[in-house]
Amino acid sequence: MYHYNDFDEAFVRERVSQFREQVARRLDGSLSEDEFRPLRLMNGLYLQLHAYMLRVAIPYGTLNSAQLRQLAYIAERWDKGYGHFTTRQNIQFNWPQLADVPDILLALADAGMHAIQTSGNTIRNVTADHFAGAAADEIEDPRPYAELIRQWSTDHPEFQFLPRKFKIAITGAPNDRAVTKAHDIGLRMVRDANGAHGFEVIVGGGLGRTPMIGKVLRAFLPTADLLPYLEAVVSVWNLAGRRDNKYKSRIKITVHELGIEEISRQVEARFLETRAEFKGGDQAILAEIGSHFAPPAFAPRSTAAYEAARSANPAFRSFADTNLAAHRAQGYAIVTISTKAHGATPGDMTAAQMRVVADLALAYGHDEIRISHEQNVILPHVHKADLPALYLALREAGLATANVGLISDIIACPGMDYCALATARSIPIAQEIATRFDELGLEQDIGALKIKISGCINACGHHHVGHIGILGLDRAGVENYQITLGGDATETAVIGEKTGPGFAADEVVDAIERLVRAYLALRLTDDEAFVATYRRLGAAPFLDALYQREVQIHAAE
Amino acid sequence: MSRPFTPKVLTANRLRQGDAVWLTEDDRWTTDPLEAELIEDEAHADIRLIFAQSQRNYVVGAYLADARAGARGPEPVHFREAFRSRGPSNYAHGKQERF
Repeated sequence: MYHYNDFDEAFVRERVSQFREQVARRLDGSLSEDEFRPLRLMNGLYLQLHAYMLRVAIPYGTLNSAQLRQLAYIAERWDKGYGHFTTRQNIQFNWPQLADVPDILLALADAGMHAIQTSGNTIRNVTADHFAGAAADEIEDPRPYAELIRQWSTDHPEFQFLPRKFKIAITGAPNDRAVTKAHDIGLRMVRDANGAHGFEVIVGGGLGRTPMIGKVLRAFLPTADLLPYLEAVVSVWNLAGRRDNKYKSRIKITVHELGIEEISRQVEARFLETRAEFKGGDQAILAEIGSHFAPPAFAPRSTAAYEAARSANPAFRSFADTNLAAHRAQGYAIVTISTKAHGATPGDMTAAQMRVVADLALAYGHDEIRISHEQNVILPHVHKADLPALYLALREAGLATANVGLISDIIACPGMDYCALATARSIPIAQEIATRFDELGLEQDIGALKIKISGCINACGHHHVGHIGILGLDRAGVENYQITLGGDATETAVIGEKTGPGFAADEVVDAIERLVRAYLALRLTDDEAFVATYRRLGAAPFLDALYQREVQIHAAE
Repeated sequence: MSRPFTPKVLTANRLRQGDAVWLTEDDRWTTDPLEAELIEDEAHADIRLIFAQSQRNYVVGAYLADARAGARGPEPVHFREAFRSRGPSNYAHGKQERF
C-alpha cells in the first residue's frame, strides 16, 4: 500500500502546523467563528449536536495495521474509546475537544493519514471497491489510480472553492461494489476491443434530495488520460455549476439542466486543453504509486484445516458462508468483519476491537485492512487455512457476526443521535430491526436484503439505493420514517420507489416486518432474493402488506 | 392580533468543548438545561440573543429554542432539543453521563 514520500509528509505536517495556529487564534479571539469555520472544515472538523466531530479520511478505504492501531490510540487518548466508520470509507470521532484536534491531526500524520478535504466544497476522499486488489472478478486494482486522484485533488488550486462538494468513486471490477453510479464521477474499469484497460466515466449521479443515477460521459477513457479528463470535467462544472442555489449546485443538476450531450461537448473541448498541459509527469507518478500496490506473495497451502473446521463447526460454516468472498488467488478468501452485531451501532468499533483487527491483519492478512462503504471492515487477503484461527479470535472480540449482506447488515448514518443536519434518528431504527429479525430467527431464511437508513434528505445512509430504504424525517415535531422499495446500489443501479405515508418511530419496525413477511410468502423459491421478487411483481403486493390493505378491506366488510 | 409568543431558552455549543449549553438568568452558560432562563417575552428574547451572540469566544451558534415550563425547570419542546439535553440514544454519553 502507499507510503508517504517526503513531499506528502512535509505537506501534511505543514497543514497540521497551520491548523494549530488557526485553533490558537480562534481560542484567543483573533479569529471569529465565521472566519474559523471554513478553516476547520478544510481539516474535517465539524461542530455537531453534542460535540465536535473529526472526520478522518481513509483513502479508498485502505489501511494497514499500524494505521488502525493509531486510530485506536486516538479513540482512547482523545475520544470515548471508539470510532465510527462511514458510508464514504472515512472514520469519524464524535467527541474531540477543539484544543486537542491539532494533536490528533499530528498523530494521524505520524501514521500517514490526514483529514484534509473530508469536508468543504472540494474533491472529497476518493472511494473505491473495498475488495480492490483481491476480488476474483477484478480487471485491475483501482487503488493506484485512486491514490493518483488523491494526490492530484489534494489542495488542487483550481478546485478549492467548487460550487459544492465533489465525490469520485472507482472500481476495477464489473460487479460494482463502489456505488459508482451514485457519485459525481464514477469510474468503472473496462477493456476495449484490444484488451487495453480504460475507464467508463459516469457523471452526474448522486443521492440527496434529488437522487439521480449517473450517465455515461465516456464509454472508454484510456487510463493514461484519467487526470486530464477529470480535470476537464471538474473545471467545466466549476464554471457551469449553479452557485446561486446550494440545492442545485451539484454536477448532477448541471448535467440534468444542460444535458449529457452539451456537457460532453464542453468536457471534450476542455479536455483538448488539459491533455496538452499534462506532459507525462502524472504517468511517472502513477508508475511510482503502482509499485506500492504490488500484490502480496500468495503461497499455495493446503486448505484441509478449513474444510475440517467447516464440517466440525456449524457456527464457523455459517460465518464462512456469509462473510467470505471469492479471492483472485487460489486458497485465499476475502473476509468481511461485520460491525453489525445484532443491536450494535452500524459502523462503530471500539479501540480494543480495532487492535484485534490490526493484530489479525498482521498475523493472517498481509497487513492489509479495508473499510467498506457498507460500514464493515475487511481483511482482503486471508488464506483459508488460517480462517479457523481467525474466526476464533474474531468471536472472542465480538466481531464474528455472520450477517454480511443479510437483513441486519444495515447501513445507517449517525442521524440525530449526533448529526446537526439530521431530521430524525437512524441508529435506533437499525438496532431495532436487527434485533427483531434475530429474535424471529428469520435472518438466514430471508437471505440477501439490503436495508439502508438515512436520518435526513441528504442521504448519507444511501436509503435511495437500499432494497428497502428508510428516510427519517421531522413531521410536525415527531420523527417519521418514509420507506422506499426496490433500490439497487450495484452496476444495475436504481433509485428506490417511495411507498406512501411514513411511519412513526414505534411503527416502522413492524412495517418492515410486514414487508419481509410478504416477501417470504411471495418468493418463488428460497433463492429468489427480496429485490428479485420485487422486480418480478412490482410494488403492489408489498404496498398492500405495508399498509395492511387487506386488513382494512376485511374490517370494512 | 399577533400570535402568542412560544417561550424560549437560549442555547449554543461551547467553543472549546463543543458541548451544548444554555444561558441562565444571571448570564452564565450552564450544561444543565434545567438551569436555563425561560424567556417568555419576545422583546426580551431578542435582547438575550444579542447578548448570547456577543459571547463569541465562549459559545458558537447561539439560538433560541422553543421550551416550556416544567416542574424542575425549562423542558424542550422539540425532540432535537431533547436529544441535545440528554445525549445520543446508542450510548450513555453526553449530558446523560451524569444522570
